[in-house]
Amino acid sequence: MKLFFFHLMPWPYLDPDFDKTYTTAWVKLPNKFYDPEKGNKLYNRYLDELEKAEELGFDGICVNEHHQTAYGQMPSPNIMAAALARRTKRAKIAILGNALPLYEFPLRVAEEISMLDVLTGGRIISGFVRGIGAEYHTFPVNPTESRDRFNEAFDLIQKAWTSREVFNFSGKYYSSNYVNIWPRPLQDPHPPIWIPSQGSMETVEWTAERKFVYLQTFSPTSQLKRYLDMYKEVAETQFGYKAQPEQLGWAVPIYLAETDAKAMEEARPHIEFFFNKLIRMPNEFYFPPGYLTRRSMKMVMESKKGLSQYRPLEQLMEEGTVIVGSPSTVLDKLKHYHSQIGFGNLVCMLQFATLNHEMTLKNMHMFATEIMPHLKDL
Amino acid sequence: MTAYKEEMVRVGSTNVRILSGGEGEPLLFLHGANGGGKWLPALEKLAQHYRVMAPEHPGFGKSDEPEWLEEMYDLVLFYDEFLKHYKLDKVHLVGHSLGGWLAAEFAVAYPDRLRSLTLIAAPGIFVEGVIPGDNFMWNREELIRNLFYDQELAEQILSQELSSEEVEMSVKNSETTAKLVWVPRWHNKKLKKRLGRIQAPTLIVWGKEDKLFPLEYGYAWEKLISGAKLAVFEQCGHSPHIEKTEPFVESVTTFIQNIH
Repeated sequence: MKLFFFHLMPWPYLDPDFDKTYTTAWVKLPNKFYDPEKGNKLYNRYLDELEKAEELGFDGICVNEHHQTAYGQMPSPNIMAAALARRTKRAKIAILGNALPLYEFPLRVAEEISMLDVLTGGRIISGFVRGIGAEYHTFPVNPTESRDRFNEAFDLIQKAWTSREVFNFSGKYYSSNYVNIWPRPLQDPHPPIWIPSQGSMETVEWTAERKFVYLQTFSPTSQLKRYLDMYKEVAETQFGYKAQPEQLGWAVPIYLAETDAKAMEEARPHIEFFFNKLIRMPNEFYFPPGYLTRRSMKMVMESKKGLSQYRPLEQLMEEGTVIVGSPSTVLDKLKHYHSQIGFGNLVCMLQFATLNHEMTLKNMHMFATEIMPHLKDL
Repeated sequence: MTAYKEEMVRVGSTNVRILSGGEGEPLLFLHGANGGGKWLPALEKLAQHYRVMAPEHPGFGKSDEPEWLEEMYDLVLFYDEFLKHYKLDKVHLVGHSLGGWLAAEFAVAYPDRLRSLTLIAAPGIFVEGVIPGDNFMWNREELIRNLFYDQELAEQILSQELSSEEVEMSVKNSETTAKLVWVPRWHNKKLKKRLGRIQAPTLIVWGKEDKLFPLEYGYAWEKLISGAKLAVFEQCGHSPHIEKTEPFVESVTTFIQNIH
C-alpha cells in the first residue's frame, strides 16, 4: 500500500461560535477574520509538516484547492506544490486537485503541472476535480456547465500533454488556435491522474474508463466500499479489465495516541470542529442548480435536510469517517478495511481543523513508527 | 370565469405547454423563474380584455428541454418563432421577473413586433450600488418568505407539501433558470446600451418591498427606456400580479387603453 500525507491547511483561529452569525465558513465568512501575520506563520508551519512527512517515509504529500473559506488556505494548490518542489527530494507531490471548470482557460493547468513535473524530476500526481458547489457561488462559472466544462478541459489538457505537434482546439467552452505547451511533462505520457470525489456514479465511470486513480474522500466506510466496489464492477463489466488496488484510494482523518481513550479525548474538539463547523454548509451552497444530476438533486430536496446533522466523534468513528485510537486499534481497523475493500492508496489526514503543531507532529510520528511499517507491504 | 385552454403546442422542433383564454388584442405573458403552467387570477382578469397567451418557456415545467437552449437570446429567437406560429404580427408583451428580462430582450431584438411592453419586477440590467437578493442561496422557506410581502400568503404556500412531480419540476425550473441567469448574475451587460431600440409604450411595475430585485431596479428601467411609466405597489413583494392582482390588472388595462 502507498501512504500519503494530506494537508488542507485550515484556518484554526475562528471563534468556535462563528457559525451562529455566519452559518458556514464558506463563501460569505468575511476575510476580516483572516490575519495575514498569523497566516505567514501558519503557512510555514503547514509546509514544515508536509516536508516532515517525506522525512518520516510517506510515499507522497498532498495539497488541494479551495476558495474563499476558512476550511483551507490553498486557493492555488500549484503554488503550494511549487513551494514543496525544491524542499523535498523523494516524495510524490499529489495535487488533489486542480478544479478545472473554475479556470477561465484551463490550458494553464496543463502548463503549470508540466512545470512542476519537470522541476521535481517527475514527482507530480495530478488530481482533477470540479470544485465544490460553494465555489460556483464565488466564481463566474455556471454550475449547470460544471461537468461539461470539466470534461472538455480535461480533453484539452490531456491532448496538450501528449501532442508533440502544434494543434488547434475548438470546444464549446475553450478555444485556441495554437496549443503547444512548453515545457511538457517529464513523466510519459503525463503525470498520473487522480480523481478525488465524495462519490458519484458518473465520476466513478469516467475514472474507471480511463484507468485513473479514484480517491474517495472523507466518507463513511459504507460509502467507501460502495464506490470502490462500483469502480471494480464498472471496470470489469463496462471496460473489460480488472481494476488493481493502485487505482483505488481512500482519504481519511486519522488520530493516534497511547490509548483509545486518550486518542478520543485529544482528537474530539478538532475532529468535531472540522466535521460540524468547517465543512458544514447549507444545501443551497453545496448543491447549486445543475451541479448534481437531476435524480440526486431531487433526493436532496426530498430529504428536506438543511445543514447536515451534528455528528459527534463517536458517530464519525462508528461510520468509519475518521479513525481514532491507540496504534493497535487504528492498525486493526485499517487492515480490516483494507482486506474488505482493497484500496492501494491511503491518504492520511493527520492534521485537521484546530489540531496544533505539536499534536500534529506527535500524530505523524506515531503513524510513521507504529502503523506505516505494517501497511507498506500490504 | 373565462374559459381557458391548456394544450401542448409544437413550435419548430419544440413542444411547449400553453395556457390561453379570452378574446381581443393578443397579450403574451412571459412567466418568471418559478415556472408557468398556472392560470393565475391576473391572467383570468386580463383575459376579460385581451386574448391572453401564457406559454411555459422551453426548459420549464412541462415544456421540452431543447438542446439549443443555452442562453436568454435563444428564448428571444424562440418567441419570434412562437409569434410566427400563431401568425401574430404585434402583441402586448408582459413579462414577470425572468420573463420580464426576456420581454426586454425581445423588445430590443424585434421592436416592431410590440404594441406595448410591460415589465414586472424585471432584472436584466446591473444597477450600480444595489445588492439584489440571492435566490440561489435561499432555501425554499427563505425564498417564499422573501418573494412575498404578505407573510400569510407565504405561510399558505409553505404549508402545501410538494408532490414528487412538483419537486421534479422545481429542480428542472431552477436548473434552467441557473443556465440563463448565473453569469453574469441576472443581467446582460449589453442590454442597457441597446434599450434605445425599444419603440413600444412601456409600463414598469414594481412591488415596493421586493427583496429580490429592489425598487431601485424599477427606477433604473424607468430612466433607461424612453417614455416608460413606473407603477409602484405598496405592501407588495416580487410578484405584484399575484399580491396586488386587481390594482395590477387595472394598471395594465388603463395603460393599454391610453395608448389607444
